[in-house]
Formats: sequence, C-alpha cells, structure tokens
Amino acid sequence: MNRLFSKRRDRLLTYQAMREGRIASSKRTACPACGAESANRDWERNVQVCPQCGYHSPVGAYYRLAALLDPGSFQELEEKLEPADPLEFPGYPEKLEDLEEETGLRDAAVAALGSVGMHKAVFVVLDSRFLMGSMGTAVGEKVTRAAEYATKRKLPLIIFSASGGARMQEGIFSLMQMAKTAAAIQRFQSRGGLYISCLTHPTTGGVTASFASLGDIMLAEPGALIGFAGPRVIEQTIGETLPEGFQRSEYLLEHGFLDRIVSRDQWRPVLIQLLGLHEGGKRS
Amino acid sequence: MSRYTPEEKVKLARHPERPGTADFIEALFTDFFEQRGDRLCREDGSILGGIARFHGRPVTVIGHRKGKNLEENLTCNFGMPGPEGYRKAQRLMKQAEKFGRPVITFVDTPGAYPGKEAEERGQGEAIAQCLALMSALEVPVISIVTGEGGSGGALALAVANRVLMLEHAVYSVLSPEGFASILWKDAARSGEACAVMKLTAQDLRRGSIVQGVLREPEEGAQTDWQATFRTIDAALGKELAALDKLKGPALARQRYEMFRAMGQGLPPAGKEDV
Repeated sequence: MNRLFSKRRDRLLTYQAMREGRIASSKRTACPACGAESANRDWERNVQVCPQCGYHSPVGAYYRLAALLDPGSFQELEEKLEPADPLEFPGYPEKLEDLEEETGLRDAAVAALGSVGMHKAVFVVLDSRFLMGSMGTAVGEKVTRAAEYATKRKLPLIIFSASGGARMQEGIFSLMQMAKTAAAIQRFQSRGGLYISCLTHPTTGGVTASFASLGDIMLAEPGALIGFAGPRVIEQTIGETLPEGFQRSEYLLEHGFLDRIVSRDQWRPVLIQLLGLHEGGKRS
Repeated sequence: MSRYTPEEKVKLARHPERPGTADFIEALFTDFFEQRGDRLCREDGSILGGIARFHGRPVTVIGHRKGKNLEENLTCNFGMPGPEGYRKAQRLMKQAEKFGRPVITFVDTPGAYPGKEAEERGQGEAIAQCLALMSALEVPVISIVTGEGGSGGALALAVANRVLMLEHAVYSVLSPEGFASILWKDAARSGEACAVMKLTAQDLRRGSIVQGVLREPEEGAQTDWQATFRTIDAALGKELAALDKLKGPALARQRYEMFRAMGQGLPPAGKEDV
C-alpha cells in the first residue's frame, strides 16, 4: 500500500519537475488530431495541448492537479477510499487491480485540498484512463465526501469531470451515485457554497446528468464531447448522421449550457478570477 | 426464490397490458387536474402529472407515460422523456413544496430519450436538476417503480423518502440491451445481462435500493388490475401516514441520508422479502 502511495508521489513530483522545465526530453510525439510532430518538451510546456493545432490531449488527474495548483499546496483527500464490487461482477476485481497497477490510481477520481493563486478550495478531478472515468460507488463517494468537506470548511468546490458515465460493472449502485452526488452538491450550494464545474473530454451519461451539470459556474475545455447520450446511440435512435461539432464544448456554449470555454493554459487565471469574485462568501 | 427469472421479469415489466401511470391516477386518485408544459419550450407527453386527491387529500402526482396504442405511444414517445418532461416535473414538484402537498411518482420508462433535440436542450442538465431538487424537497415523496426503471431517466423521478417496487418491476443502470452492448459489444446478450445486473425488485430490496416490494397477482399486474390497485393504494396510505410524522426539514434529511448510504453493496443472498 505504502509503495503505491510513494509511487504516486514520485509521479506527481516528476510532473511538477517537467512543468518547471527541469526535465528535458528529446523525443517527439505526433498529434492525434492534426498529425504534426512536436517535441515532448513542447507538449509538456503546453500542458499536453498540441503546440501546432491546439488539440487538448487528455491528461491524468494528478497531472492536472500539478499543473493547476499552487506549488506545495496539494494535499490529497480521501486517499484511502477503495473501489467496491457490489454486484460481485465477474472479472471486475481483477480489472480494478490491473488498472491500479497501470495508472497508480485507486479509482477514477482524485480529491484534494489545494490553492490557486492563494485561494483555497476543494478539488475533485476525474481520470479517464481508469475505466473511462466512469462513476461507480468509489467515484460517487469521493465526490460526495469532497462536497461535504467543502460544506463543513466553507470552501469553494471545483470539479474537473472526464467520464463516460455510470460504471456498468457496479450496476444500480452506480446509478444511485447520481442521486447521491446531486444531493450533496445541492446541499453544499444551498448553504452558500460556490461550485465551479469544469468539463473536459469526454463528459457524458450519468456524470453529465448529475454533479457535472450543477455548477454555479459552468466551464469546459475546447473541443470536449459533452452530452447525456453518446453520439453513436443517438445516431442509431434517430437514423441520421449528427452534424459536425455536435455535443462539443463550442456547441454547448452556443446552446446556453456553458459560461465560457477555457483552454488548458487559462485554467489558473480564470479560476483565480472567479474565486476572487466570490471571496467573502454570501452577505447575510 | 421467485418463480420468474430476471429475464422473464424484464418481459413482464414491459408487458403492454400492464397498468401504467394514467391507469394508476384514474384508479387511485380523485379530482385529477393535469398540468402541462415546462413553461420554457413545450409540452412533453411522456411525463404525466398534476394535482389530485388521494383519499381526499391534495397531492402532486407525476409519472412516466408510455401510451396504450400506437397513436398514444407516439405522443408519449414510448415513455422516453426529453428535457421538457423533466423540467415540467421540476415545476410541479416546486409547486407541491410551495403548497405543502406530498409528491407521489410512478416510474416506468425505458430511459430518457437519446435524441438530437433532447441533447440540444440539455437532457443531462434537466435530469441533474430533477435529482438535486427532489433530494431537498421538504414534503413527503413516495416513488413506485411500476414497470421498467430505466437508468437516469427513471431515477430523475425516484429520489424519494420511500422507493417501492411492484414485484415484477425492474430497475437498472441501463436497459439489459444497452448494458450488453456497452460491456460485451453485443446487444443480443441481453439475457446474460439480466442475470448479472441484479435488476429485480427482490435484489434491489436486499441491496437497500428500494424500501418495499409490492406483491403482484400470480401471473403479473396485467392479469388483475384491481388487485394491483388495491395493493398500491394500501402501500401509499401506509407510507404517507408514516412520513406525516416527519416535519419538512426532517423529510429532506431522511431522504438525503438514505441515498447517502447507497453504495455499500448487496448483503449475502438470503430469504426472499416478498
């Protein structure tokens, strides 16, 4: 167990070092969107956004937190929360173990206390490398505990979503996490808490239909797929091809579901501005 | 053990002659006044709702409506609501709270509609708002899953103080077909999905996802509507009386804590509760 934690800490430190330009890599990586090759160093400097076309390549939860938070402010919350197998689903525990080995994550969400520009907040970041960031009981519980923690400490709550929706392997228990997380957010907000929901590629299904859509402020990264039903299911249902850009961030902005699209290098200044605007909380 | 397999129960839950929300409203309530429209965009026939009396007492009643023939199926979109339906439901629930009326919901849907317009108008946001709103209502809320409880589209009307299920109703994260196609890329393996999903009323009672299972006639609710009505009538009366003992904030707290505790898994298989 301790070995895993230290492995994660090493990874986090490596990311921080890369971010500060202390590690130079000579390798090059092609952009999956435009095909242009860029030096890994340039990808790193650009927080995994293609230096040529601006494609936002998915990033892991620890990586995102390292890029976002004030150095030294990261303090993981609910680190020991473990996934469960409530349906005793065949092959699921093995799958969870493999993914833990592969990603260093216990499940698809990381919660942390940290600050941006000296503004303290509670953060939850979903990681799409872990079963598509799907929400089972562990993710639901972590989001709920983070919201409850933020309620108690009167801190703002910032969630970065990246999820395919409910986790099938946990069946109805996954579905119930939608009600649980939405209720926790509702309670947090009704007590004056600020919740900033940041949507990244992809945010769909049960996550879209619960906590991800309930932000006081709704933000998204460019080009992220955001929706309830997946495009393939919709095309099968209505028997037609969906237009280019359907369910992308830009489309959601146009239809009134987002306040703003934020490119990855702008998260810090935007969040600092918003947290500053809400400082002092509700006037009673 | 139940005399039907989970797969057979899915068929029973979808039986076209099973009583639906419109039938329950007609049989169990008086003085029904239907409320239509979301006040934003349009009327969605797949959710039926309004004010009615339950044994003389005004309540707000809301449920999914599938329709009984092709024409009705089409106006009700086969019981698959769009965001307008969920926003109408929110409007009705807010009014119920304002006027201190209990909310009673009937759940019977394959799921929220996966369509282009539904996405454009924020299907996810509409469901999310329903969940958040229901979780905090300071009036009694009772939900009965009467047929198919399909996914988020069902849950959006089922964040209640008491969630009850008819004996052969099913309730699941996704339809067995959708589940099989996501996990095994093969919708034809839905039978197998039924077996592992734990979607029967008995399984869900055991997992504390629902708080009560309502007995159906031997061959299912479609064979004897009157018997089914009597069972539901008695259950609603009993649950309402119990919830009446709680004040508004205590109702919201009880509901919060009940859903808060979900996710601990099923206890080992034991005796049937029905």
